[in-house]
Amino acid sequence: MSKRVPQEQYEKTFSYKFKRWLDGTKDPYLNEVEMKPQEPFCESQQDVERREEYRKGMRERVYNLDRNAGQRIFRKFYSVFSVLFCLFLVAMLLAAVSWLPSFGEADNPVNNEVSRRYIEKGLQETGAVNIVTGMILDYRAFDTLGESHVLFVATCTVLILLRLDRREDMEKYQSNDRLHEPKNDVILQTAAKILVPPIMIFGIYVILAGHLGPGGGFSGGAVIGAGMILYLNAFGFAKTEKFFTAKTYKRLSFGALACYSLAKSYSFYTGANHIESVIPLGTPGAILSSGLILILNICVGIVVAGTMYTFYVMFRKGGY
Amino acid sequence: MTVFTCILMGFLIVCAVAASLSKNLLNTILIFMSYSLVMSVIWILLESPDLAITEAAVGAGVTTVLFLVTLKKIHAIIKKDDGREEKDDE
Repeated sequence: MSKRVPQEQYEKTFSYKFKRWLDGTKDPYLNEVEMKPQEPFCESQQDVERREEYRKGMRERVYNLDRNAGQRIFRKFYSVFSVLFCLFLVAMLLAAVSWLPSFGEADNPVNNEVSRRYIEKGLQETGAVNIVTGMILDYRAFDTLGESHVLFVATCTVLILLRLDRREDMEKYQSNDRLHEPKNDVILQTAAKILVPPIMIFGIYVILAGHLGPGGGFSGGAVIGAGMILYLNAFGFAKTEKFFTAKTYKRLSFGALACYSLAKSYSFYTGANHIESVIPLGTPGAILSSGLILILNICVGIVVAGTMYTFYVMFRKGGY
Repeated sequence: MTVFTCILMGFLIVCAVAASLSKNLLNTILIFMSYSLVMSVIWILLESPDLAITEAAVGAGVTTVLFLVTLKKIHAIIKKDDGREEKDDE
């Protein structure tokens, strides 16, 4: 413990001098400077009244058209210019549309060697009966990877904006559960009981059969997400939290994105080096065919379904 | 087929104009949802069922629900029988 020194002795020490210099009571040119504490801000009653009156009259001064000439001119021209701008925009867009090539012509710029290659060799090269899926998950899988990451970043943004971080907010919301929990609506619950299983199965079917028919990871994931939202609306958070929490979402979306990236890096590596890929393409039309497309579809589906559900939960409650 | 497409297109335009002109936000969202549904039928007619499934799930389903939740959050859906509902709760 430090010893308490007497005042006279303390005044001789360096720390006392330093403190005085810091406070500004000692100036090297003027020696002693007396410091006065700042006077508290006080306003006379008249000033306060004048200020309040000025503030009250603000609306009158700005919006009274007799006194504000600028506002009057602005209002007159605003409607005219908005109509003119709309007409200009419509004319410009219509002119642009009229220059587009007509729909379905044989010599359109769309019908080039790229689309011909997709149509003629797509089935052979990707093994997917559905050429659209073969295109977006094989020839252009890099774009789809970017799309999945865009969704992930969108979820992160929604989390940043809408998540309730402060504990007291969280407690207030949890104590007032009625704010978010649906009232036990019999019609909604019965409808959900009948509808949710088919919706889920349809979503899974759309994902798994993405390379065989219309559908794929994005649409199937959206269907599953919508089904989960319906289930949540009917039965409340207590039931959904049994199988889907923030931790589940974190693991699922990380796993899916990592799996996608790994699978696609492998195929890029083999494709760029002209190495034969070990993943067989299988017979076209079978469920286990077309190489990596099925796995990529499942990854995209998981990311999309989790994203849809997380959006809803964040908007509704601000946390899982 | 073409008559059906024309009717759907007309409905699409009517929906788009009505959604922007409607004063009630709840009505706007419902009109927007029907717009998405018609759009998904048109996608099927244009022979792109992939897009039709996505449009029906995202446009008519998830987006509408998100809009409705937002409206509820900003208290834009006005309850007319507020007092009666509270009595029912108790």
